[in-house]
Amino acid sequence: MTVTVERAATAEEAAAAMARGAQVVGGGTIVMRRVNAGDQRLGRLVVLADPALRRIGAGSEGVSLGALVTMSEVARAREADFLAPVARQVGGPAIRNMATVGGNLFARRTYGDFAVALLALGARVILAREGAREIGEFLRGRERSGLVLAVEVPRPREARAFGFLKVTRVHPAAAAVLSVAAHLPREGGRIRGARIAFGGMGPQPLRAPGAERALEGQPLDAGAIGRAATGCTEGLEPPTDALASAWYRREVAGVHLRRLLEGMV
Amino acid sequence: MALKPVTLTLNGAERAAFTEDGENLLEFLRRRLGDLSPKYGCGQGSCGACTVLLDGAPVLACLTLAESVAGRRVETAAGLAGAALHPLQAAFVEGFAAQCGYCTPGMLMAAKALIDANPRPSREEVLEAISGNLCRCTGYEPIIAAVMAAAGSTERRA
Repeated sequence: MTVTVERAATAEEAAAAMARGAQVVGGGTIVMRRVNAGDQRLGRLVVLADPALRRIGAGSEGVSLGALVTMSEVARAREADFLAPVARQVGGPAIRNMATVGGNLFARRTYGDFAVALLALGARVILAREGAREIGEFLRGRERSGLVLAVEVPRPREARAFGFLKVTRVHPAAAAVLSVAAHLPREGGRIRGARIAFGGMGPQPLRAPGAERALEGQPLDAGAIGRAATGCTEGLEPPTDALASAWYRREVAGVHLRRLLEGMV
Repeated sequence: MALKPVTLTLNGAERAAFTEDGENLLEFLRRRLGDLSPKYGCGQGSCGACTVLLDGAPVLACLTLAESVAGRRVETAAGLAGAALHPLQAAFVEGFAAQCGYCTPGMLMAAKALIDANPRPSREEVLEAISGNLCRCTGYEPIIAAVMAAAGSTERRA
């Protein structure tokens, strides 16, 4: 083994270790892969063991999920009921017992489906030293990010305002070809503040500005859904990997977005 | 590098051994404690061959730091049988649900976690419970059938 391991009883200890170059380990599903592969870039690991980071807190606006909250815990938490269908689609049961909310923000494609939902919902990422960040901004700079303490997720005003779809070749559990999440709050029958996010369509979860523009201010009808589906890959450069080619992802992204939106009418 | 002592409860018995920094629970169980039932498949959380129960819940031993299980309860397939085979093991034998057998210990532990919590699972619940466990030769149908059969027999014994 080339690594050394220390435990951080508090988030502050972990943040200090990170500042000295240590790699933080949460549930282990991301970092331990690298340890097992003998990744020589890993030196010091710091295991997050601060019980405060396991907290799930309900507020009037939404839910706060500590960085160490697992996908299984999200799936069971009444306060986070709107996120349960997303958490249940991450990995199999054993992965869900390990994988954390904080870790998912750093998962490389085509993992990281939970972060796709958080991006559509406009979550805020709470960092130990840098304060709060809008999740889109956080994801763009995540390689240089400091320690994540929690995410604050606004609750959709009505159940049909939020939807999530994970597209896999194998059921019920496999890595996603792509995933898509939509948050479509409606006022007087028209969409105000449309947010559409894709996973698997770029290096990290990304919003789909073409689709958002097609939906903003419109009723969620066949015309708007069609235009959103047609324009959803604007500005996105999907990757080619073992699961699918860039061409395939570009072809099917609109099909899956259409199916998701038709279920939210 | 300093060795760290780890004491845990393995299949009901208190066990202790030294681990080294970065060692995963799978290596610890196999090399330090001699429990060869959990298997190394992929080392990255894709196959489920190393599934063990940690405080009753399934986890992947290859992605768990050995030092993090100190003081906790670990169950492996080696601890399933008492005087007789566990109902799951008996059903796997009866239904030919193990061909090469490599995925079997992980399948058994994933299935045990399910029927401990949900003694009469539906077929969909069985599918979901073993969805993180790959089988490449037996085929999933005999495995699903065996878990369903074992769940029935568990209830009869109760």
